[in-house]
Amino acid sequence: MKITVKYFASIREAIGTGVEVRETQANTLGALRDELIALGDGHAESLARGRAVRLALNQIMANEAEALTEGAEVAFFPPVTGG
Amino acid sequence: MKQDPAWVSIQTQDFDLNAEIAALRAQDGRVGAVCSFVGTVRDRTAGQPGQISSLELEHYPGMTEAAIEAMIDAALQRFDIYGARVIHRIGLLQPLDQIVLVAVTSAHRGESFAACEFLMDYLKTQAPFWKKETSPEGACWVDARVSDDAALARWGIDTRNS
Repeated sequence: MKITVKYFASIREAIGTGVEVRETQANTLGALRDELIALGDGHAESLARGRAVRLALNQIMANEAEALTEGAEVAFFPPVTGG
Repeated sequence: MKQDPAWVSIQTQDFDLNAEIAALRAQDGRVGAVCSFVGTVRDRTAGQPGQISSLELEHYPGMTEAAIEAMIDAALQRFDIYGARVIHRIGLLQPLDQIVLVAVTSAHRGESFAACEFLMDYLKTQAPFWKKETSPEGACWVDARVSDDAALARWGIDTRNS
């Protein structure tokens, strides 16, 4: 399926782009994260297991067990620091 | 309840506290209390007075606004308040600049004090904003603080932001 992936803050900087449209086999957010880690380089470094990474699915905070659907917008970002 | 003007603004420009409070009060004759919080940019991190030269704010357009609207909805459910206003600045800011405003109206002070703090605690841990500080050592993304999660936990809301 085709999805849009967005990256913010330090993760965006490590990957070198804020948005990419991807064709994916993953059916959960966790599986998508693993698929992105397998790309190596900035993806592997910034999304590595053990790093503090937060996710949103269609602009709502989400966890890795949630199902991915056609056309979804997934975002990966570090813990938030506003205010 | 929807108020006019909007609850939430994400903007680069500064804001005028008096004008914002006047606009909130003007909408509702029941208002007897306005509680506001203004956050400002500090010139230091722990133990380094005067070292921060600038702060850059990034957000997630669309999600940030919706997340804060949802927080205000939660505050309206939980507290007996009438209206709220949240402004968060983005882009490049300097020490002493205003960065965030939360203002809440109610009949009496207790509810608006509590709702104001609830909204700030929520915003610190759930609204997608990220800060990058520039100091003589270079630019560095600010880490989330465990104490911010603890502040939200006292309202009975679990988070694992940090």
